[in-house]
Amino acid sequence: MTSRTSIRAVLASLLLAGMAISPAAAQGEAPAQSSEPTTQPSSPPASQPSGQPAGQPAAEPGKQQPRPKRQRAEKETTRIQIGYLRAYAPQLALSVLDVPPRNDGVAGAEVAIDDNNTTGGFLGQEFTLDVAEVEPEADVVEAFNKMVEAGARYVLTDLSAKQVLSIVDFARDKGVLVFNVGSTDDVLREEECRANLFHTMPTRTMLADGLAQYLIWKQWKNWVLIYGSHEGDQAFADALRRAAERFGGQIVAEKLFEDTGGARRTDTGVVQIQRQIPVFTQDLPEHDVMLVADESEVFGTYVPFRTWIPRPVAGSAGLVPSAWHPASEQWGGTQIQNRFEKQVGRRMLSKDMAAWMAVRIVGEAATRTNSGDPAKIEEHIKGENFSVAAYRGQKLTFRNWNWQLRQPVFLGDNRSVVSTSPQEGFLHQVSELDTLGIDQPETVCKLD
Amino acid sequence: MKRLGFAALAASACILANPASAFTVYVSNERDNTITIVDSEKMEAVGTIKVGQRPRGITISHDGKVLYVCASDDDTVEMIDTETNQIIGTLPSGPDPELFVLSPDGKTLYVANEDDNLVTVIDVEARSVLSEIPVGVEPEGMGVSPDGSVIVSTSETTNMAHFIDAETHEITDNVLVDTRPRYAEFMPDGSEVWVSAEIGGTVSVIDNETREVTQTITFEIPGLRAEAIQPVGVKIMPDGKKAYVALGPANRVAVINTETYEVEKYVLVGQRVWQLALTPDEKTIISTNGVSNDITFIDTETDEAIQSVTVGQLPWGVVVKPQ
Repeated sequence: MTSRTSIRAVLASLLLAGMAISPAAAQGEAPAQSSEPTTQPSSPPASQPSGQPAGQPAAEPGKQQPRPKRQRAEKETTRIQIGYLRAYAPQLALSVLDVPPRNDGVAGAEVAIDDNNTTGGFLGQEFTLDVAEVEPEADVVEAFNKMVEAGARYVLTDLSAKQVLSIVDFARDKGVLVFNVGSTDDVLREEECRANLFHTMPTRTMLADGLAQYLIWKQWKNWVLIYGSHEGDQAFADALRRAAERFGGQIVAEKLFEDTGGARRTDTGVVQIQRQIPVFTQDLPEHDVMLVADESEVFGTYVPFRTWIPRPVAGSAGLVPSAWHPASEQWGGTQIQNRFEKQVGRRMLSKDMAAWMAVRIVGEAATRTNSGDPAKIEEHIKGENFSVAAYRGQKLTFRNWNWQLRQPVFLGDNRSVVSTSPQEGFLHQVSELDTLGIDQPETVCKLD
Repeated sequence: MKRLGFAALAASACILANPASAFTVYVSNERDNTITIVDSEKMEAVGTIKVGQRPRGITISHDGKVLYVCASDDDTVEMIDTETNQIIGTLPSGPDPELFVLSPDGKTLYVANEDDNLVTVIDVEARSVLSEIPVGVEPEGMGVSPDGSVIVSTSETTNMAHFIDAETHEITDNVLVDTRPRYAEFMPDGSEVWVSAEIGGTVSVIDNETREVTQTITFEIPGLRAEAIQPVGVKIMPDGKKAYVALGPANRVAVINTETYEVEKYVLVGQRVWQLALTPDEKTIISTNGVSNDITFIDTETDEAIQSVTVGQLPWGVVVKPQ
């Protein structure tokens, strides 16, 4: 199942400007498979409304309209193709409100493509997005190869760690940069890190550390930990244990919530849950906060307000750490939220933001180098001075020891942002953002 | 000396009325949808005007009779009579207006529409839209050359300063600057445009002749992380010799020598310093300090902070009524 998102607005504007689009012929280059960017002669659509959101008010009669700008010299349009490879299957959640939208992540990439094209219009750069879907845990090599054959030199992945690792070395051999926008798995940044694998999604340890810092700042230091029986649940529980040790939290008790199968929602489920959760939490010792590690959506959502003693819940439910929050309006966030909502028709989620950032990173490097050459773009992204702005109140940079993007962690409930970490007072000699997650002295990543 | 003497004279002549040398300062308060009126002589708030939602950009007609306020969340620019302090009308600004600039002849208002990647050109007299100019992503800063022939718009996600021909309303040049450009200010002689970059932490000086960045001014404050230095508002003195740059969460205003492009001083003001305005007598720079809900008066001779005055919540923009 492959869908292709082309950038209609830009193509339309190029066509309107009366330009011949015959890239390969004009340049005498091999098409798609060449690692060189495809170029075509054109005058840049400097005053064309490229990448403008749909629903732009129509021109008023008699109103002076902007015309394509006359250029001193003819400029060529450079096409920069970005692929998006995702594992997708309809997913259930304990609350219907938490069912991931069909275009989770992809929508963020699409908004960023439009943003890149608005900027690209001034520089003669055109960005395209090619989305391919596979089943979870299915083979992705074929889909990846197809994408690269079609010309993509940058591939965003929303895949499991295993799937990412099945393509990342092929990618290296073909000069393709991979941007992990989906997996929070620390292993991709540690034991299995790669020089051509960038991460815009934070890790589980970054998320857990962000949460722990806040609880410590609140002086809520005694925690109990309830964790699920699936792999992801256990990994997040490990990250929370590590965070406790790191920041001085005490996990006074732990308890496993076994997934015994069965339907997640039934008409009478609420009655049972109201009795089950208090009983499950009854024998736990005194604590300030109940931590929940349930990435698998088995019980986490059921914990708040149903505990034996009245205590706040945090982790996979209650106060949740995340890469982005759909209600964040700080640091110019209103602008991206409005733009996203207008274009996509829903709120922006963490994966959307991770994908938006990955596409923007490629766009930013293409703008700054004024080039579509993957080697130049890679060099720029890996350069010491590279940074990207993403509505976090500070520039975001890569950790050059494992290519994880440094970023603040949002802490929020379902409706609003409660705080962002790092918290005040958690200091670091390089960047306070490095108080989140595995830091350079601890890393086991060795890049070639 | 002269100012003091005059103020004393004026004060003794009519104690209750505003002395002639007192300037009227208008501050837009983003959070509580008001404009605070401050008397520059008394250095105190003397009135409040209720306006539309999320007032940010604020400017005033050259004769001082009409105040213009971007009511961002109401998608409009409000016009306020400075005699009566009443809203007398609105201008069709387009969606989410944030900042704008009035042409030197006072006839045209150029508005940055953040949400739609547009600059809207408004005929102030006719209260109608003359043109919409597509620019980069998230346009914000707006500058106009002293002769009115060139408009500069900065776009925050595209990271460019777009030079627009005021006659044709077309972009003639796009100049790449540092990340998140927020404000564009022309030198009084029109030779340069100074563009602040909030996330990049720099000010780019662009030659208006060649349209190239000739200087990149950086900032360094001992004890502060580089990320905390976020340049926003810029004001250049009418004689072109000194520039003031508001540094956001660094809580300081930088004073820059425009000949050497060196920072000569950092003036500590309030928290999250955002925009700046100069009094017509050129003796005082006023900064809005968003997080501490106040404005700070800075003496332009000594470059010392004189006093801070509490205004509304999240003060954003500031303008001083011409005499």
